[in-house]
Amino acid sequence: MFPFNFEWIWDMSHVVFMGGLWYALTILGIGMTYCVVKSTIDAAKDDGGHH
Amino acid sequence: MNGYGLAEQYSGISNQRRGTKVMDSALIPNGVRRCSLDKFLVALAVVGAVLLWGVYAMLLCWFKGLNQTNMNDNYGFALWIWADLAVIALGGGAFFTGFLKYIIAKDELKNIINYAVLIGFICYSSALLILAIDIGQPLRGWFIFWHANVHSMLTEVAFCLSCYFMVLTIEYIPLILENRQIDRVPFFHHLSHNMHSTMAVFAATGAFLSFFHQGSLGGVAGVLFGRPFAYREGLFIWPWTFFLFTWSAAAYGPCFTLMVTRITEAISGKKLVKDNVVELLAKISGWMMTTYIIAKIIDTFYWANVTAPSKGFNLIDFYSNNGFYGIWILVLEIVLGGIVPAAILITDKGRKSPIARNTAFVLAVIGVSVNRWVMVLQVMAVPIMTFDTWALYFPSWQEVATTILPVAYGIMLIMISYRYLPIFPQEAELNPAD
Repeated sequence: MFPFNFEWIWDMSHVVFMGGLWYALTILGIGMTYCVVKSTIDAAKDDGGHH
Repeated sequence: MNGYGLAEQYSGISNQRRGTKVMDSALIPNGVRRCSLDKFLVALAVVGAVLLWGVYAMLLCWFKGLNQTNMNDNYGFALWIWADLAVIALGGGAFFTGFLKYIIAKDELKNIINYAVLIGFICYSSALLILAIDIGQPLRGWFIFWHANVHSMLTEVAFCLSCYFMVLTIEYIPLILENRQIDRVPFFHHLSHNMHSTMAVFAATGAFLSFFHQGSLGGVAGVLFGRPFAYREGLFIWPWTFFLFTWSAAAYGPCFTLMVTRITEAISGKKLVKDNVVELLAKISGWMMTTYIIAKIIDTFYWANVTAPSKGFNLIDFYSNNGFYGIWILVLEIVLGGIVPAAILITDKGRKSPIARNTAFVLAVIGVSVNRWVMVLQVMAVPIMTFDTWALYFPSWQEVATTILPVAYGIMLIMISYRYLPIFPQEAELNPAD
């Protein structure tokens, strides 16, 4: 799974398979982080607006 | 206890029940009506009993091992893997409807996308649950990620299934956040809104992941060069079954979504989605099915006349000399489960007739399920060597119970989601008496 795992080899199969997995996980991670951070800011702004 | 104490106790119970009912009605979406809480809980308990039966069988498999099944040297893949492939194909409605809604911008589909996501979520969580039982040692489930065999199509399936389940969870969360009470919390309200606005990114990722795992599930059968019933030529490393599986999931998945929608309408006694939305999705599904079935017929014809003979087999060898698999299964899959529903759904008259349309949905669901059955179980049954005989298999009750388990779980999740979440945006408009 990671280059520091003992069975890791720098070949095309590992790069394609694991690269694809990390690519998808990165998109999902960045997307959700963006949503959570923006929602926190939006909610704080709302809260400020009420007072 | 004196009479006063009893009265007080009854009054306390009565207040508690009233409180529960008030809480229940406070969670139900605005502008719609639901059955009484008592009726809902009784229905939930009935389905829950089936679920518990499945959980019991699942625990037997986990604690006692796979000797609880009737799998053997011929059947390393059995009923579970068929169920797994079938629910993944049927759950394909989520990725394809999402693709149509967010990427192709078919805006009318916003009225059914929530339900497609819910059904997809149920199908994929069920698929993962079935795999967790099937591996026999769930505590080592993480090995497939940590010690990945990068030469296996099933590794790619495991990666894409897990990631796509994350996508479906991300798509389902905003629906939960839209519950009347949760939506009152500002953070959740904004989170739901922001997730909706970035949904195209998640939907595109989901479509990408689905393309590969649906395909690889077909690829697993197609690369079995030692099993001429499944083996196919293809393009580069991908056998034709790779493309046929993806294509069929996109074509037939929406039919399952529409069929479950129709069942929900029949049970609730309400119209939940407008006809124009149903007809649009049915039309797209019908044309996808038409193109798929043409490709499937060409593939079958080539396989029967070129691929199988090159391995020493005739078509009829795969459908004779046994007590179950006759040529009927090929007819059921391609004609009744493919050509007929496709012909109904691509015609205006067929789509507009509720009976014809619903028949097409049911036939389509049967068709794709039979296709997955054939590609998993018939492959195992067909004799290969001249001294082999047909290997027929019958699942144990534990296998049956654990296969029914996801169905019970799915029904319960649909019941709870339908009651408390605004799944159908057109429901209030279509049922003004509510």
